Amino acid sequence: MEESRPISVEVNGIAFRREVSVRMTLADFLRHDLMLTGTHVGCEHGVCGACTVLVNGRSARSCLMLAVQADGESVTTIEGIAPSPTTLHPLQQALKDHHGLQCGFCTSGMVTTLIEFLRDCPKPTERDVRVAISGNLCRCTGYQGIIDAVLRVTSTKDE
Amino acid sequence: MKPAPFRYHAPATLDEAIGLLDTLEDARVLAGGQSLMPMLNFRIVQPAHIVDINRVQGLSYIRREGEVLEVGAMTRQRDLEFSDVVAEAFPLLHEAVRLVGHRQTRNRGTLGGSLCQLDPSAELVTVAAAVDATIVVASKAGTREIPFADFPLGLMSPAIEANELVVSVRFPLWKRGHGFAFEEFARRHGDFAVASAAVLLEMEHGRVERGSVVVGGLDSRPQRPKVGLHGRQSSTALFDEVAAACDGLEAMSDSHVDAGYRKRVARAMVRRALERARGRVATD
Repeated sequence: MEESRPISVEVNGIAFRREVSVRMTLADFLRHDLMLTGTHVGCEHGVCGACTVLVNGRSARSCLMLAVQADGESVTTIEGIAPSPTTLHPLQQALKDHHGLQCGFCTSGMVTTLIEFLRDCPKPTERDVRVAISGNLCRCTGYQGIIDAVLRVTSTKDE
Repeated sequence: MKPAPFRYHAPATLDEAIGLLDTLEDARVLAGGQSLMPMLNFRIVQPAHIVDINRVQGLSYIRREGEVLEVGAMTRQRDLEFSDVVAEAFPLLHEAVRLVGHRQTRNRGTLGGSLCQLDPSAELVTVAAAVDATIVVASKAGTREIPFADFPLGLMSPAIEANELVVSVRFPLWKRGHGFAFEEFARRHGDFAVASAAVLLEMEHGRVERGSVVVGGLDSRPQRPKVGLHGRQSSTALFDEVAAACDGLEAMSDSHVDAGYRKRVARAMVRRALERARGRVATD
């Protein structure tokens, strides 16, 4: 028998109330119920990092959380990162400038992961950045462009 | 929808959680979900009931009481990583927890969940073994304490009954200024380690007053190389002897790593951890 429950969740600053199946993952809830398809679903077992979102400001793999567990919580997805529909977040702009993405599949998870990381560690070394994105798989860039983008966005002076 | 259907329970109190575990047939406890959720998504497990303990009050805390650090079972790995109390009183745990998975998984993953999952290469399991931690378990019948040496029954099988819940872990603390080190080798950062080593050392005039060496990742449970350290002069020869004793441990083979290679990696990890721990012993 399929069990469902009502949940209230704030996503990107907007409050939603929905009835969800208790076995639905947060990733599927965001994509299928809220149509926020910027959160990508890669491996669905917590390895690829593509589905990373921020739950109360902390990064989490949305394939490893049930939607019912987000009841009463505040979620930020990639759709909630840019300040406006026409302006990119500085990190997104840096990724664009430094070839930090090609197909873009991993990018939403990279950005959400890095936003939390840069809050914890505002002046990272290259090694810090490599460790920070070690839970996010990218098959296009070889990671170097992503690392360049992060180091650029965190360096105080421009060349 | 990935997991097979289940009935979902989200108790708010420990009594309620224990009551559910006492009455429900075929229930699984959902803690941080960083191991159980993949197993549910793969349908490797299809429990009839999920008892989600994330909303149970009072299971997340880090408390130092004298020479014991007591940590609530639902304490997130991230909270261990960023705890000043842990960094100061139990630096081995502080060093090891940073190697557990990734930031995204440490934000959700819990101490109790990792210990109950009992993955052979789990850092927290190896650390718990190194200090002979005590697991505190609650059920309708009350609470009981399990010495960590008795906790692993076999591969990923903790010595707890279906109606029991791990509520906290007590870590006996070592003397201020002790040496410590956690070493592991994994094919990728954050991946399951091929082998790991946890070392604790207390020294007096170059002699080992008290030492603990535990190897993780080789077999279903953490193991100690069978070399007595007490009273021995700390030297390259002693460290070589301890490292060489890894050959006598049990080791598993899998499609990536055979038992012989696992032991060779273990030797290197033990050797490095001993050296690093010795270098950190405070001299006064």
